[in-house]
Amino acid sequence: MKVRVNDGACHGHQMCAIAAPEVFGSDDYGNAVVLIEGDLPADLEAKARRAEGNCPERAITIEE
Amino acid sequence: MSVTDPLTDYDIFDRDYVLDPFPVQEAIRESGCPIAHTERWGGSWLPTRYEDVVALAQEYETFTSRQILVTAPPPQQAEGAYAGVAAPPISSDPPEHHWHRRLILPFFAPQAVAKYEEGTRDLCNQLIDRFVESGEGDAAADYAQQIPVRVIATMLGVPTDLSDTFTGWVRGVLEAGLTDPKIRLESRMKILDYFKEQIEDRKANPRENDLITTLLNSEVDGQKVPEEYVHGVCNLMLVAGVDTTWSAIGASLWHLAQHPEHRRQLRENPDLWPMAIEELLRAYAPVTMARLVDHDVEFQGCPMKAGDRVLMAFPAANRDPRQFENPDEVILDREHNRHVAFGAGIHRCAGSNLARLELRVALQTWLARIPEFELVDPESVTWAGGQVRGPRICKVRF
Repeated sequence: MKVRVNDGACHGHQMCAIAAPEVFGSDDYGNAVVLIEGDLPADLEAKARRAEGNCPERAITIEE
Repeated sequence: MSVTDPLTDYDIFDRDYVLDPFPVQEAIRESGCPIAHTERWGGSWLPTRYEDVVALAQEYETFTSRQILVTAPPPQQAEGAYAGVAAPPISSDPPEHHWHRRLILPFFAPQAVAKYEEGTRDLCNQLIDRFVESGEGDAAADYAQQIPVRVIATMLGVPTDLSDTFTGWVRGVLEAGLTDPKIRLESRMKILDYFKEQIEDRKANPRENDLITTLLNSEVDGQKVPEEYVHGVCNLMLVAGVDTTWSAIGASLWHLAQHPEHRRQLRENPDLWPMAIEELLRAYAPVTMARLVDHDVEFQGCPMKAGDRVLMAFPAANRDPRQFENPDEVILDREHNRHVAFGAGIHRCAGSNLARLELRVALQTWLARIPEFELVDPESVTWAGGQVRGPRICKVRF
């Protein structure tokens, strides 16, 4: 599983980083950045799905 | 005059609505017409479905931020020395909105606000020290109300011992002032006079690591930003950073006072805290903003006219069963929670990371010191509403 933040869609709610702090972080402006490039370790997949389900902007794409 | 039909005559300042707006919002949401209209208080539209509120937030060219409070400003606000001082970026529209917001965001990123955690925890402990021995306290007035104003004063580099004065000014704008133009104008002038002095002081004596000094020296496209912008940001930080977070802390403590099972859950499973904070924000979202319609438009079948006010009812959106299962129930470990307590789109609350930090530290510190507590009398709890909803008197015993 890979995760991506869609260009321009994030408005910095940081709810992805709250749900999955190992996978998402913040840039200097508080917008989301993906901390793990490439495939996620299996034990973080559930958290990543939760992050996707907590984004009010629907800015996260999960690629299985 | 009492409300007979909320679909055509809702009143956001009605005592019953302030006390419990959710049944009225539900009645509107589940009617054939989920966007209500009223002529009261200058007239407004009230969308109640999540999907509509989020769509309105995204369409910033039609639904502008020229006026963002739930009632119109007094006309005199557009006169005199401070006529050009707004509250950027909340009151800004694109394209200026972009730099208005970009300059302040770095102060509010999660990694930037983390430095306020220790001071906030010390402050919370000091507040509890004042009443903990008595076995009784006011979770709203003695605790929640006292926290955000001091954190914001610290951030702005102004004296925290003026916190009662600041609180009075903010309530003048966001509580009494919404239905009393004289109080609103007077409170605005006091805030702007105060920050004008602060700006003059920073120009004469620049400070290191100081938000106001930094903003005064900041440049956009090679030019120093206008002083009115900095003045407006100070105005916004005070007005938006006090009642809002205080209301979220107070409402969460009011909830926890009545839910021993949630207190126990948080005690037994501290990992729950980050998601629990989001759930409390969803259920007790304090803030309703407004937008001004730019040009005549039909939105979801509603004929909106240029100059109409639309209420961004984030608390109603957060209780929409189309988006949230069992929306009236607080589920601390709710799996999917795309709540919009902080709004959505380009105007997402700039201070959200600070607000969350304050809410978490305030609740954690309270529960560590006062693990078991209950309302003295549920009937004696008073609430403010309109723009910002939260308890103002909330006596508890422990």
